[in-house]
Amino acid sequence: MEGASARWRDPAFRRGVQDMVGPAMGIAAWGLVTGVAMVKSGMSVSIALATSLLVFAGSAQLATLPLLAGGAPLWVVWATAACVNLRFVILGTQWRPYFGHLPRARRLRLAYFAADLNFVLFMKRYPRPEPAPGQEAYFWGGAALNYPAWQLSSVAGILLGDRVPTEWGLGFAGVLVLIGLIGSMLNTRSTWVAAAVAAVTAVLSYGLPYKLNIVLAIAAAVLVGVAMDHRTPAGAATADDRT
Amino acid sequence: MTATLEWSWSLLLALVGLGLITLLTRGFFLLPDREWPLPAWLRQGLRYAPLAALTAVVAPEVVLTQGQWVATLQDARLYAAAAAALFYAWQRSILGTIVVGMAVMLALRLGLGW
Repeated sequence: MEGASARWRDPAFRRGVQDMVGPAMGIAAWGLVTGVAMVKSGMSVSIALATSLLVFAGSAQLATLPLLAGGAPLWVVWATAACVNLRFVILGTQWRPYFGHLPRARRLRLAYFAADLNFVLFMKRYPRPEPAPGQEAYFWGGAALNYPAWQLSSVAGILLGDRVPTEWGLGFAGVLVLIGLIGSMLNTRSTWVAAAVAAVTAVLSYGLPYKLNIVLAIAAAVLVGVAMDHRTPAGAATADDRT
Repeated sequence: MTATLEWSWSLLLALVGLGLITLLTRGFFLLPDREWPLPAWLRQGLRYAPLAALTAVVAPEVVLTQGQWVATLQDARLYAAAAAALFYAWQRSILGTIVVGMAVMLALRLGLGW
């Protein structure tokens, strides 16, 4: 990244930082919980640190935690993470009008840091889907705060979790976060039905080897959801998520 | 409750793969040089997949122990999860959901020894 000091003087960059200050508090709290949950679900400190730095996607980290700890095969772990992250694919279609014209190396950097909150703030600041001066600087201003807020709080959670007795059950905090996220996506009748199908299928088919119950449950829920949409063309369900 | 994870080549591969999935999902429509249209069937499926994946992971974590139904109602997880779900339905705050759920968890675990 060229000319860090020039960046800091850019008003769009500073605006990006300022807009992220409030949301970063929430990110930090979530990072803390994720860090604690990783260590209390059986990860060593070094594994948890590597996970946080490499993966940088809170809900995918939490969702794959029981799978990794339970020895699920790689493809099931990856498929689950990909499904959890599919919302980013949808967000990506909306990033394109702003950044699609940039060289690919710059798009690659932008993509890795394009978390949910960066999306929400950016779209609020630049509602017109067209390139404009300052957009990249604004994005990096937000990322410059969002990324360390997430990583540092995750590290704090990892170190804290290492000192808390396992019997307290803090590993369950990860499940609690996911419960909140699920709640945020339950906004139509078909989403409720899809979630119920996923829950029942995952529990009843738990005896399948290789954690295939997760794959089966996802497939069943997606099929039922899409089938319900075909019968009743209702309003679009949108995923309202934060990482 | 869970086994301990150890460093291994397959774990490293899993984590690197997860990092790539972060990059590829976030960049799926940003990285190609030409714009791809999003097919309608994919758009529909995408709507349910994240919800389905999260629910599929969470449900067994709450109601099963080592693959069996919870044998006792004196299991702090059940009440922590229920309190969290109710609080979210009421306040729609994820932060508050964690705090309430963990408060119930700690009270039952440390207070009653469940």
